[in-house]
Amino acid sequence: MLRDKDRFLNILLVSPSILAVFIFVYAFIGWSARVSLSKWKGLNADYTWNGINNYIELFKDPRFHVDVRNTLLFTGVFVVGSILLGFILAVMLDQGLKGEGFFRSLFLFPMAISYIVTGVVWRWLMNPASGSRTSGLNLLFSYLGLDSLQNAWHTTPTWGMAAIALAAIWQMSGYTMALYLAGLRAIPTELKEAAQIDGANDLQIYRHIMLPLLSPVTLSALIILGHMSLKVFDLIVAIAGKQLPLDVPAIYMWQITFDGLFYGKGAAIGIILLVSVAFLIIPYIRYTLKTEAQS
Amino acid sequence: MNPKLRIGKTWLYIPLLLMTAFYLLPMYVMLVTGFKSFAEIDLKTMWNLPKGIAFDNYIEAWKNLAPHLKNSFLMVVPATLLSSALGSLNGFILAKWKFKGADIVFPLILFGMFIPYQSIMIPLVQFMNYSGISGLPGLALAHIIYGIPITTLTFRNYYASLPQELLEAAKMDGADMLGIYRHILLPISLPSFVVVLIWQFTSAWNDFLFAVILTGNKEWPITVALNNMAGSQIIAWNVQMAGSLLAALPTLLVYIFLGRYFLRGLLAGSLKG
Repeated sequence: MLRDKDRFLNILLVSPSILAVFIFVYAFIGWSARVSLSKWKGLNADYTWNGINNYIELFKDPRFHVDVRNTLLFTGVFVVGSILLGFILAVMLDQGLKGEGFFRSLFLFPMAISYIVTGVVWRWLMNPASGSRTSGLNLLFSYLGLDSLQNAWHTTPTWGMAAIALAAIWQMSGYTMALYLAGLRAIPTELKEAAQIDGANDLQIYRHIMLPLLSPVTLSALIILGHMSLKVFDLIVAIAGKQLPLDVPAIYMWQITFDGLFYGKGAAIGIILLVSVAFLIIPYIRYTLKTEAQS
Repeated sequence: MNPKLRIGKTWLYIPLLLMTAFYLLPMYVMLVTGFKSFAEIDLKTMWNLPKGIAFDNYIEAWKNLAPHLKNSFLMVVPATLLSSALGSLNGFILAKWKFKGADIVFPLILFGMFIPYQSIMIPLVQFMNYSGISGLPGLALAHIIYGIPITTLTFRNYYASLPQELLEAAKMDGADMLGIYRHILLPISLPSFVVVLIWQFTSAWNDFLFAVILTGNKEWPITVALNNMAGSQIIAWNVQMAGSLLAALPTLLVYIFLGRYFLRGLLAGSLKG
């Protein structure tokens, strides 16, 4: 029977992929976890048991505290900024204006560019030099008579991460807009028309009808942007290099592992990042597949 | 639509044009600076238009970056083609020819596209060292394997949307699984292939993290080479701007010419970060 042959053939054909993903994702995570529980420091692998000491040291480590704080600050500014801007842009483009396609393409194109290119360009835009050496956006502000907006960007003490997040918003807000625009288009027009007949104005329609119906989109955007900000690395490296005030777990992991050769601690940072991402993503995958099965 | 509402909405062009300026500013600086002659380069006049079109910066950037652009292409082409082909096959089986446990395997594969790569970085480097796969082939391999989740998802969603009757009729006629895949599903998969190819091309081209851990300086793809160039004190910022444009150009061209599919890909893979 053909059917019997195919029953094994299908497993046979997917097994290389499944095996590869199993090894490169799950076995490697297990391996990392094991390294994180070891004393491995130096070029040669050393799996001497160290319990959870690497984790304890990290939680006591002032540099890791800076990392957590910076990640939270970056996440807050980046996620809120991208969602607000993306939503506003989507609503504006949903009004049936001429040139919608042009604006949509324009807002979205930064998505096609790498964080490295974005970072290299923004590092010159956010040039913190002042006085006669003023340049970049600060110079532009002075042309426009907006000198009060001049600032030290990513070199601002305490809040420097917010400037990095601005470059990230530039890159990702168009994507958020695309998500919302697709969501808005999926809402049946009858709903809007019915509300208009009932005398609701545009603002009321968006607040009381569209916004609640868009909550799945907001959830997706929150989770996608949120998990991206936990992993942020390239953008910071390209804008500012590896400086302590702008340190994040991914950069710390990089330096402690490949420069400092402290593999055990590096692996522990990797696992902490993984657990944080998993808290966001696993419920999200379950939710998405469940709603898909229902529809 | 009543005319009052129409006119009432033209003011929207003001914020839209302001936002246009925001999105174009970095591109403006990149383009304008790239075309200035060495004599014109001054941070204090960075917003001025060039006095003429000079290619000094591009020639200098090209000299530095050409080998790395080649590395990127060498690595991105196999990475894109192979992970897309695997994704199509997986997607077909996970949507239309399920085996026992397929519904458990799928979310497990899916999770792979969200993991922070810091959590597999040390084993990945160790694995590449042990297995003797190094440099660009190793980097391509990483992109193929870590690309499988997103390509599988895109194709699986597409195939799942096709009616089952399409397959049943062919089965009646005695077609087997591979026959159905090759003669019925593959010919109508072009839109998904375009989406997945663009997606994989863009993410492998733009990747920095894998490239920086898996390749040495001769084999650096463009992103690592550009970042290194930007960090060096010797290379002027105008050359960096020209280099940035060279690095961005392939994906920008894909975006300009195939933008429609790019957008569709984004929304289809909206799970992916």
